[in-house]
Amino acid sequence: MRFLAPFKLAARALRRNKMRSLLTMLGVIIGVGSVIASVSITTGASKQVEDKVASLGQNVVTVFSGNFSSGGMRGGWGSAPTLTVEDSRAIKNEVENVVAVSPEIRDRSQILANGLNWNTQVLGESPDYPQIRSWDMADGAMFTESDVRSLAKVAIIGKTVVDQLFVGDEPIGHTLIIRNIPFKIVGVLESKGFNLFGQDQDDVVIIPYTSHMRRITKRTFVNSIMVQAADKDSITQVQNDITALLRDRHKSAEPDFTVRTQLELMAMATSTTRIMSVLLGAIASVSLIVGGIGIMNIMLVSVTERTREIGIRMAVGARGRDILIQFLIEAVTLSAAGGIMGIALGMAAAKITSHFTGWPTLTPYAWIGIACVSSAAIGIISGFYPAWKASRLDPIEALRYE
Amino acid sequence: MSTNAVIKLAGIHKIYRTGEVDVHAVRGVSLDIAPGEFVAIMGSSGSGKSTLMNMIGCLDRPTDGKYFLDGLDVSTLDRDARAKIRNDKIGFVFQGFNLLSRTTAQENVEMPMLYNHQRISSAEQKERASRSLELVGLAQRADHKPNQLSGGQQQRVAIARSLVNRPSLLLADEPTGNLDSQTSIEIMGVFQKLNESGITIVMVTHELDVARYTKRMIILRDGKILTDEKVSERLNAEEELKKLRRAQEAVKLA
Repeated sequence: MRFLAPFKLAARALRRNKMRSLLTMLGVIIGVGSVIASVSITTGASKQVEDKVASLGQNVVTVFSGNFSSGGMRGGWGSAPTLTVEDSRAIKNEVENVVAVSPEIRDRSQILANGLNWNTQVLGESPDYPQIRSWDMADGAMFTESDVRSLAKVAIIGKTVVDQLFVGDEPIGHTLIIRNIPFKIVGVLESKGFNLFGQDQDDVVIIPYTSHMRRITKRTFVNSIMVQAADKDSITQVQNDITALLRDRHKSAEPDFTVRTQLELMAMATSTTRIMSVLLGAIASVSLIVGGIGIMNIMLVSVTERTREIGIRMAVGARGRDILIQFLIEAVTLSAAGGIMGIALGMAAAKITSHFTGWPTLTPYAWIGIACVSSAAIGIISGFYPAWKASRLDPIEALRYE
Repeated sequence: MSTNAVIKLAGIHKIYRTGEVDVHAVRGVSLDIAPGEFVAIMGSSGSGKSTLMNMIGCLDRPTDGKYFLDGLDVSTLDRDARAKIRNDKIGFVFQGFNLLSRTTAQENVEMPMLYNHQRISSAEQKERASRSLELVGLAQRADHKPNQLSGGQQQRVAIARSLVNRPSLLLADEPTGNLDSQTSIEIMGVFQKLNESGITIVMVTHELDVARYTKRMIILRDGKILTDEKVSERLNAEEELKKLRRAQEAVKLA
């Protein structure tokens, strides 16, 4: 039999029962459509989570001090006075593949400026901070190393603080009062939006860590140290080296600090979306299997209905395998056509979902390929038994069939 | 032994082993059919003629005995090999026409060429199908579907289909069984014309009238050949049709 002939036969046979063919395809259309839609939605969701994690900075390793406990009261991570500025200096000087370090002191304060006041997070950081967080300045410039050394009373502020205190006004050059101490605003950060935990990252004032420690909180320890590794591959090495270095420096049996990396955070954050995508994928595959059963059912009916046709074809010289191929191609045509329509439907459904919910959706090209291949495979699997049955018919019996 | 026989049956038996009782449908049939013959196989139901027909048509295998078709032993061939033989050497015409519904006459006639072993270009397929339809006088109905054709026309399409692969043998199973008497004569006329052009025809029928258009009549009873003789007073379809028309006109005049 010629190569194209069976496809023409299949197309003709399917056109003969348009409504039935369409309804049969519907199973695969819905199956493939739901696979594509769910993959698009979960891929969009994990992409969003990854972006949020990436907004924490580039290749960041964070050292938190241990938890502080006193008389049964436990203070939570970052409360114990175990990390010092010297630790951060040692990390910068002794650990390989470290490109930037910023000791961090966190505090909430009521701030005043421009005749208004606002309660916000005041961070003490090093000039490396914007680089570690991949956070650009919208206006002005980051304070410098000499500002750190001179305990300068300079500050940079986030977008939310600008909105709250300087409505329609240029904040740079203004004075900001933190706990009765005037700081000069030298820069404004770009807006970064909400972080993974729903906190507004732009609601922040950043001053040199030395100024923070000496002038505001009067502390001798830092809450945490943010470290930037040279690249993604060196993150784990940096983590291990910092752990070893600080254990050595602190000479404590129990580690009084924790080192977390962005990789770990990424894994935690994406585990939820991964569970969701496996779940959705499983449900979608079930509907795809149901679609396959629908095809098998209709092909069995079709073989019975066309017993006589099969007999005629066999009488004039069709071999079993010619009949097998004819029915198999019919089944594959059904499911592949359904698959293609399903891909279109799934992508449309994802777009519509995205439009009404604002969720980002993304259809990976690989999944379009997977959908095409699996719908063709479903055609072969579900069409095989009916086609095999047809090919085994006895021509004499088949010709006599009414 | 004539080696040029189209069909040579030697001691053919067919036993159906279904259930407890063996059914001995054909009990030792030996028979030679030479090229250019036009043979009617007759017999009442249960005489084994359908079983014999299925074996001659390579749809079934004899339980015992030898069958040479065109000098080739086909009695031991498997399914696929028999399919190839049917495609190459045998044209089938059935009682119920057995055309594919919702498929044009042209496509019905092209259908056997789909299963040819050597590829035939679609241009040649069309050409051969058209010539076949012309031969049975239906060239102008090529794009009609079976439900747009009369019974006689449908049977002509079936004959055109049986001829398209240039078979050595045309096998007709009760070809006039579903037709009225005038159309039956027309169809027998087509067979006579084809036979005159050299095509060997074997026809199974239970109607004596129809058998009288053939050249040789074989009567089966209980799975054996009862008689095998030349048809005396052979009818000519053209003349019979003329007679019929005259009779019809006479009725109208009266």
